[in-house]
Amino acid sequence: MELSFTQGRWNYDQWGGFDPISSSNAKPPGVELWAVFDVPHEQVDDSWKNLTHALSGLFCASINFLESSTTYSAPDWGYRPDSGSLRYGSLPREAVCTENLTPWLKLLPCRDKAGLSTLMDRPSIYKGYYHSQRLRLTSSEFEPEGVGSGIVLEQTLTVVVQPSSQRTVRSYSHETKLQPSWSLTSIFGRKVSSRCVLAKSSIVYLQLDGGLIAELDSLQNENKIYSADNYVSEGVRSNAFFEVSVKPDRVLKELKGVEKKNPSVLYEFSIDKYDESGPFDLGLTWKVPVAWSCQKAPLHVSRFLMGSGNERGAIAISLRSTELTDELLHTEKSEGRCKLEVKVFQVVPWYIKVYFHTLQVFVNEEPQAVSDVVEKMRVSPSVDKLSPGVMEMLLKFPCGMKSAAITLDFDKGFLHIDEYPPDANQGFDIPSAIISFPNFHTSMQFLKDDSSDKSAILSKFEENSAVLAYTEVLLVPLTTPDFSMPYNVITITCTVCALYFGSLLNVLRRRVGEEERLKNKEKEPGRLRQLLFRLYAKITGRPLEPVESTTTSSSSSSSKLGFIILVAGIAVFWQVYYG
Amino acid sequence: MSPYAGSMYHGSPLLLSLLGPLTVKRIDGQPSHLLCSLVFVAADILNSLLIRATGQTLQIAYRQSLRSLDLDMISETMEILPSGDIAALIYLWNPFTIAACVGLSTSPIENLAIMLALYGACKRLVPLAAFGWVMATHLSLYPIILIIPIILLLGNGPDTPRKLFLLRRHVYVLLLCGVSVKRYGGLWEMFTSMYGFILTVQDLSPNIGVLWYFFAEVFDFFRNFFLIVFHTNILFMIFPLAIRLHHRPCFLAFVYITISSMLKSYPSVGDSALYFGLLGWFVYELSEMKFSFFLFCVYIGVSLLSPVMHNLWIWRGTGNANFYFATAMAYACLQIVLVVESVSAMLNHDRKLRKLSSAKLQDGKS
Repeated sequence: MELSFTQGRWNYDQWGGFDPISSSNAKPPGVELWAVFDVPHEQVDDSWKNLTHALSGLFCASINFLESSTTYSAPDWGYRPDSGSLRYGSLPREAVCTENLTPWLKLLPCRDKAGLSTLMDRPSIYKGYYHSQRLRLTSSEFEPEGVGSGIVLEQTLTVVVQPSSQRTVRSYSHETKLQPSWSLTSIFGRKVSSRCVLAKSSIVYLQLDGGLIAELDSLQNENKIYSADNYVSEGVRSNAFFEVSVKPDRVLKELKGVEKKNPSVLYEFSIDKYDESGPFDLGLTWKVPVAWSCQKAPLHVSRFLMGSGNERGAIAISLRSTELTDELLHTEKSEGRCKLEVKVFQVVPWYIKVYFHTLQVFVNEEPQAVSDVVEKMRVSPSVDKLSPGVMEMLLKFPCGMKSAAITLDFDKGFLHIDEYPPDANQGFDIPSAIISFPNFHTSMQFLKDDSSDKSAILSKFEENSAVLAYTEVLLVPLTTPDFSMPYNVITITCTVCALYFGSLLNVLRRRVGEEERLKNKEKEPGRLRQLLFRLYAKITGRPLEPVESTTTSSSSSSSKLGFIILVAGIAVFWQVYYG
Repeated sequence: MSPYAGSMYHGSPLLLSLLGPLTVKRIDGQPSHLLCSLVFVAADILNSLLIRATGQTLQIAYRQSLRSLDLDMISETMEILPSGDIAALIYLWNPFTIAACVGLSTSPIENLAIMLALYGACKRLVPLAAFGWVMATHLSLYPIILIIPIILLLGNGPDTPRKLFLLRRHVYVLLLCGVSVKRYGGLWEMFTSMYGFILTVQDLSPNIGVLWYFFAEVFDFFRNFFLIVFHTNILFMIFPLAIRLHHRPCFLAFVYITISSMLKSYPSVGDSALYFGLLGWFVYELSEMKFSFFLFCVYIGVSLLSPVMHNLWIWRGTGNANFYFATAMAYACLQIVLVVESVSAMLNHDRKLRKLSSAKLQDGKS
């Protein structure tokens, strides 16, 4: 099971899209829940309901909204091995706050009282660009090569913060700005003063990204100052480019990966040696302005809505090649027909009625026949008020492509007034689509396999994880009825029905000799009688009865009066004696 | 994958196998929906021919009955108004019919099935009438009430062969559906998607009827109750009308069609197109109808205002659902006035005829 709470959007352009951190830790905004169940097929949905309710209570979040079948889906292809009992649900609009962070911290052995988690200063975390807390629960029955036996709980908190010095330092515009220097104190306002005694190991890693190392190397080669590899050996603490405030216990250099990435360097700091008297405060000070970029995903993905009006629209996913795509595919291009595979998984709520036959694919801004590009497609159309629409597609693009776009038309549905959220005019969310690149796998290996002192993070980096990217959440406005009108609508419609009913029956009722009887008027009765009859006719709405049938009508009217009085008397009697 | 899998299609599988390939096939150089539109145009033309033929039969029968009552002078004035031709022309030139055809709605095909049934019944062709009725009921549920005028029209034969024909036709159609549907799902799925959808009003998209807004606003507690009320509203009027108008089965059919197109769960202007055409059969009898000019003007007004309000509400976002619903209400009221006044005019006409014939008898006696 994997549950994540995220606030903010991962910026794939600036923060990287290819390394294990961005592939596993970049999550869509809101709540996302994946779960694989080990129960018989019929009970999977019930287990999912129980799971959502339990998690909702545990984390003080409204995860229980995922229980209704309109919110979750069952993806089929290879995200996890057991696809028959896999369920996926997402709530894009869920806000994440300290009430969700606190139960998450409570699951840690020392909570936030000791160890590294004392750094969790709430204002600093929530002031950042992005924060995501993730919980991963695996049972050793699912993993073939288990980390250990039993149940493994893995918690990850990913935060992207802005070093506060960036806001205070203002340099002149014609100078190149120095990158902000930071320290744990400047970011969190705290230092790590002790380690958690229940923890087996407590380590802080500082990663110098591969792009940075490559940039520093190239600057070095220009200036021909130092020898290579100095970030690993003598230049660890201080060199011409930056200075680290604490000397690392170990420096690890990444072993050359399969794809030609630039290797990154890890500084390892173990917290064992620090305590109250000498707390741990890691800081990095830049000396020279350096500009580098993190390795991006093979294609830059974005999603947007097209069309206007509240009746129909279109969803478009655009894929643009980044400058690193050519490097990545360099080896394969030489072989000839190389294909870049892209897997798209999209869940659309039922009130966005997608027409899958309107799928169009554009490569380099030219329309293509769908069967040329789409290799496999699995569609589960949405059922009104029961299940969302699920689309899983595998596309194969030519390697040298610059841009591609996939568009899909949809009609907007109309909901019952109870189904609208309180702020109905804001619109409804379409959860993020997951774009993955099956050709590529990303992992970072720092130590040889047989090394014994491998920490959990290092083993995590070594796992081969697929390269994933999440698209934006789309906000779709839907037409709203007038919420203040239920009684009015019901009464007006029923009035019209009654009008039809009454007047038609009236017309059918009229008898054949009626006009003759109406025309023949013989003698006039007394004035009072006439007035009474007129009044009576007005009240009952019946046409004025002719005079010659007054006797019959009077007897009928008096018998009717008597009947009404009888019924009223019975009602009073009933109320008094049995009420 | 079953065509009913995604709750987007609620029609008949036979219609799907007829129209489905036509929407996909393309002739180079022509717009993509050309073949499909041709089918609807052909259906409309056939419809008007059937209306004309039925109208002529009706007129001949009426003249004969008048002659038998010795009311010859009336039958001569009727020569001026060939009601079959007028009805066919009204049907073809009605803006509603043209709009339904251009909008690629399947109403022309449903109307064709209804007209086949009525034509077969008028000409005493029992197999044709049975086929038409069964197809009409299959395509949309409401023509099931037309069984009564059809039985009345087929008048003087014994009951048994009619019923047998109907049953056989029904079984035949169900077999066809079963075969075409077996590939994907089952007959039960077809029934729930087609008839269950009509009866339970699941989709709340705005249309020219009144039920969509009603069921969008009604509280869930009362939803089933109101569903029953609205459907019984149509059923309840069947017997009073049949009792009162059993001597005029074609007019009874016209009234049934108007009522069902007014009160059905998903009405469209294609349904109104049919009853306007049938109104043309009774041009002579309904010539003294009250409010006819008023109805004509308000029909034009509503058909102009309704798309404007729809645009304001959905496309521009400046209007409210209430504007569009008001035009739908006005449309429903119009149809009510039309039904009531036409029934009243027809009954008055019959009354007048009866008076005339009884006067003639008295003259003849004396």
